[in-house]
Amino acid sequence: MTAQDLDALYQEIILDHYKNPLNKGLRDPFEAEVHHVNPTCGDEVTLRVHLTDGKVSDVSYDAMGCSISQASTSVMTDLVIGKSVEEAMSIQASFQELMQGRGNVEPDEEVLEDGIAFAGVAKFPARVKCALLSWMAWKDATAQALADAGTDEETTNG
Amino acid sequence: MDGLLPELEVIRKDFPILERELAGGKPLVYLDSANTSQKPQVVIDTMVDHLERHNANVARAMHQLGAESSEAFESARDKIAAFVNAPSRDEIIFTKNASEALNLVANTLAWARGPLEIGEGDEVVITEMEHHSNIVPWQLLTERKGATLRWFGLHDDGTLDLSDIDSLINEKTKVVSLTWVSNMLGTINPVAEIARKAKAVGAIVVVDASQAVPQMPVDLVELAEAGVDLLAFTGHKVVGPTGIGVLWGRTEILDQLPPFLGGGEMIETVAMERSTYAGIPHKFEAGTPPIVEAVGLGAAVDYLGHVGMAAIRDHEHAITAYALEAMATVSGLTVLGPLDASLRGGAISFELDGVHPHDVAQVLDSRGVAVRAGHHCAKPAHKRFGVQASTRASSYLYTTPGEIDALVEALEYTRSYFKLS
Ligand SMILES: Cc1ncc(COP(=O)(O)O)c(C=O)c1O
Repeated sequence: MTAQDLDALYQEIILDHYKNPLNKGLRDPFEAEVHHVNPTCGDEVTLRVHLTDGKVSDVSYDAMGCSISQASTSVMTDLVIGKSVEEAMSIQASFQELMQGRGNVEPDEEVLEDGIAFAGVAKFPARVKCALLSWMAWKDATAQALADAGTDEETTNG
Repeated sequence: MDGLLPELEVIRKDFPILERELAGGKPLVYLDSANTSQKPQVVIDTMVDHLERHNANVARAMHQLGAESSEAFESARDKIAAFVNAPSRDEIIFTKNASEALNLVANTLAWARGPLEIGEGDEVVITEMEHHSNIVPWQLLTERKGATLRWFGLHDDGTLDLSDIDSLINEKTKVVSLTWVSNMLGTINPVAEIARKAKAVGAIVVVDASQAVPQMPVDLVELAEAGVDLLAFTGHKVVGPTGIGVLWGRTEILDQLPPFLGGGEMIETVAMERSTYAGIPHKFEAGTPPIVEAVGLGAAVDYLGHVGMAAIRDHEHAITAYALEAMATVSGLTVLGPLDASLRGGAISFELDGVHPHDVAQVLDSRGVAVRAGHHCAKPAHKRFGVQASTRASSYLYTTPGEIDALVEALEYTRSYFKLS
């Protein structure tokens, strides 16, 4: 890897989010909480989602890990909070596609905003998991919250 | 600098990869030898020659090539036995790696009946600094048998806390398994002293020598006298290839253990109703073994024996002392494990305040310096020191003081890249 590659990886935006992460901390209320780890390096995130009327009202977290994983968590919360669950899921899908695209996917700034800074990460297979950790945790937690809401309705209806 | 290998430049020439240029024309500074070591030309050539000229299956081919291949495979066993001064060459069992060797022991102990049988209420003792390969197999064994897993804790300086040895090793103890040299902290453990204690209560003693065999002379006759029963190491860390590991065991113990895998080569005779098994070492080597890998490992230990393990230990010691001193000048850097080079091997794990180990390793890589970042398969030891991950620089017989200077320079660059100074 060269110095230019290094700068492509560590975009200023990433380092900013790393130093000053958004939405950090665990908060109430929440419908689902998950704990995800990256088994190869030990990065960890505990993440909660709070949904109201099909909207992502809050995502709160406690995370340990490298600059890429921390910054990506911060960017993710900033992007999904306030969106409809459907819209947030589609942002998640775009980010995942970008990360798994081996550097061949053109990021859409309209959708991903600060998330496009991670385009360079896709070229470092060892770091893709770092960037995706909290996004996968969010997807998992949201699916759980929706499934629980589904069962609750069924119980009330039944 | 005292203690360095006198022909260091000649030794470096034996390892073709050390001449490699990385992206951007940077020279390689390989400081990840505790993860896997580089291979000298003679190992590569021996393996190529075997494949080009002598390839055949071993033991079961009745032709000239079969005889040559069997001869090469078995003479690799002789070389390894001589290298670690094993009491008998038949006590050297080839496995896939150290992990498989340790799993072989834990599994066959789980199946053993008679004196070696482990049951409810029995205890297995390990340490908090083990590699996952010497933790998980014992967790599986104790869970399956209703036994209890216990462990030695660690002092803040990274040495074993032996203050409770008399209660930890007691009449319920069936197995004591520990690492000789820690792959994370570098600590060298007093295996002979612990083995003597374990023997006094009749426990089996297993040593994970994955980081010891590469770095210091090993005398199994002496260790067996102290009470060590079984010892595992892995080929790729002793300048040999991947895919080959070694389990040494005392004959009386290996004879009492049931077979591990069943199949070709491990039998005496097979009938549809039942089979009888071959003697050691073949009893534990079912199927076609990693032949060319064993031959490569034979060449590797010959190479190390030729350089001299005492000289390699002194070299590692000199480089480690130099590295510890040089790394102490980097502000915000904390070494995990003993700070006295004479108490440790050549793996130095550290934290750099304000920069995550992944990011340290990434920036070092951009300077051509290859290190490892993460938990190094020793999560409990990291937890003990309140860290989630660390960066590890590890040297070997080909490491130069200049490479340590490059590491320190790259660490300073990392601090400035993350705007810490
Ligand atoms: C102390 C220790 N034990 C066991 C192992 C496992 O070796 P392998 O992965 O070759 O089985 C290693 C190497 O990673 C090690 O350092």
